Amino acid sequence: MLTLENVSVNYGAIEALCDISMRVDQGEVVTLIGANGAGKTTTLKTITGLLEPRRGRVMFEGEEIGGKPTHKLVARGISMSPEGRGVFANLTVRENLQMGAYLNKNKREIADDMERAFHMFPRLKERQAQKAGTLSGGEQQMLAMGRALMSRPRLLLLDEPSLGLAPLVVHTIFEAIDEIRSKGTTILLVEQNAHAALGHSDRAYVLETGRIVMEGPSKQLADDPRIKEAYLGE
Amino acid sequence: MSRYLRTLIIVLIVLGVLYGVDIVFHGRLISPYFARIAMLSGIAITLAVSLNLINGFTGQFSIGHAGFMAVGAYSSAYFSVNYGVRLAESLGGGSLGWMVSLFLATIVGAVCAGFAGLVVGVPSLRLKGDYLAIVTLGFGQIIVVFLNNIEAVGGARGYSGIPIVKSFFWIFLIAILTIVVVYNIVHSAFGRALISIREDELAAEAMGVNTTRYKVMAFVISSAMAGAGGVLLAHFDGYLNPKSFEFIKSFEILIMIILGGLGSIVGSVLGAIVLTILPEALRGFAEYRMVIYSLLLIILMITRPQGLLGGNNALKIWRARRRARSAAAKAQIVDAPAESSSDRNPTENPPGKEHA
Ligand SMILES: Nc1ncnc2c1ncn2[C@@H]1O[C@H](COP(=O)(O)OP(=O)(O)OP(=O)(O)O)[C@@H](O)[C@H]1O
Ligand SMILES: [Mg+2]
Repeated sequence: MLTLENVSVNYGAIEALCDISMRVDQGEVVTLIGANGAGKTTTLKTITGLLEPRRGRVMFEGEEIGGKPTHKLVARGISMSPEGRGVFANLTVRENLQMGAYLNKNKREIADDMERAFHMFPRLKERQAQKAGTLSGGEQQMLAMGRALMSRPRLLLLDEPSLGLAPLVVHTIFEAIDEIRSKGTTILLVEQNAHAALGHSDRAYVLETGRIVMEGPSKQLADDPRIKEAYLGE
Repeated sequence: MSRYLRTLIIVLIVLGVLYGVDIVFHGRLISPYFARIAMLSGIAITLAVSLNLINGFTGQFSIGHAGFMAVGAYSSAYFSVNYGVRLAESLGGGSLGWMVSLFLATIVGAVCAGFAGLVVGVPSLRLKGDYLAIVTLGFGQIIVVFLNNIEAVGGARGYSGIPIVKSFFWIFLIAILTIVVVYNIVHSAFGRALISIREDELAAEAMGVNTTRYKVMAFVISSAMAGAGGVLLAHFDGYLNPKSFEFIKSFEILIMIILGGLGSIVGSVLGAIVLTILPEALRGFAEYRMVIYSLLLIILMITRPQGLLGGNNALKIWRARRRARSAAAKAQIVDAPAESSSDRNPTENPPGKEHA
């Protein structure tokens, strides 16, 4: 579904990604783990067209999308829940969800999708008239995910959804990820919480200072001694 | 259908009221001094509300609104002097003739200013960040330099001989039109996209909003409205001088919307009125105007950084409070044995359910 072929990305003279190749197949949950500054967000920004690869290709469903404007990708079926959530603080929860369905002109579908988001995160329903900026961090994350789903994506990109959340909320978020995948949406999950990410994904890539240093089935990586030491703190 | 009918009736009522007030103003039933301030307020409202669309709702920082106003003022004045007068006279020279002529002048001014907005907006709004502030600042200066050197419109001496059409009707029609257009934009999907750009541009982009295009559209609309404000000013005194469009004018409009509250239409209207009346009240201290404005801003930033009506719209808070109070009052009534009386009124919420 999504493939990156030998992608390199620079910020000016600094090389942030170096010859990255990865792929995400239909129906999979693939996770990309790595420490701070490894280049995870850079990878997602490259996929969504916010950054242009200096070398290599980004392909989605057989078409090259590298460098295509971000707003065009939504229509193709890619949706992102950005790092730091990026909810619209002064819009209500409901309006945020409506923004997620921005390209959909069908009011019925939007209403259905909103019900679905509320079903997945009942907390959002209780707070639908509240300004998103006044939500707790966990609720904002739920909103960011719910909003990303409103465009009915085939590929969902999540950038550190568990960042800074209490264990109980992290649990809720990962349950939601399971639920989203069970409904057939493909997910690329960027995480620092390697333990949870490996537990809820099929395959994983490990990124270190802009290079992919390891890849394989998540179960296998979770048992790898190097991963255990570097990312699982065992 | 009934909605259109209602809108039509409202429009007719507004036009009627404006026309009525217009007659009162012309009949000298009101002191010309007061009439002048009222009309200047109307022009200020057009400028402030239009700037709020871009600075308040879209979150882009323009500081050259007076430049677009100048484009509208001078282009329409040129039109009126060279064609408008003849047109009005060929239509009999009566108020109808002047209305038609002024209408066309307004279109000319708004279109020219809107085009200037496009030229300024496209390169600077493609980028994310505060480039617009720098470019609009430069644009405002350049326009003044240009006008000072174009002899066809009087150069530095100023442009005189513009037909004077002091029309309360026309000024407030434009002001109300500006308010209605901005209000409708803000409460539409387009407006929600603009607000989402203000809140988080990258996230808006990720929702599928073509942020560049929307920013440019908002900017062009805002510029065109500023141009219309300029048209009104040009035909108000019949004389234009490049000096009136220097940075201080842009600054003044900016203060109006900051004072009223960025992102509040009512606030902009209020700010426009206050900052039109204030200089009149402070006539004796004309030199200290900037000092007073600056002090005003400092005090505002300390006591109410969101502006008088910005952020949590005071009106909304007041309404919510009133609702809460009346709900509390109803809840008390429930305690008394007067429950059945509410059955007669089906539109009223049954008491006690208010809290749900
Ligand atoms: N706009 C930028 N300009 C210059 N360098 C940048 C820019 N954005 C990121 N970088 C650098 O690129 C590298 C990768 O950053 P990136 O944000 O992709 O890391 P990350 O893996 O997402 O980290 P984190 O887990 O902290 O979010 C870092 O060294 C960062 O300093
Ligand atoms: Mg990151």
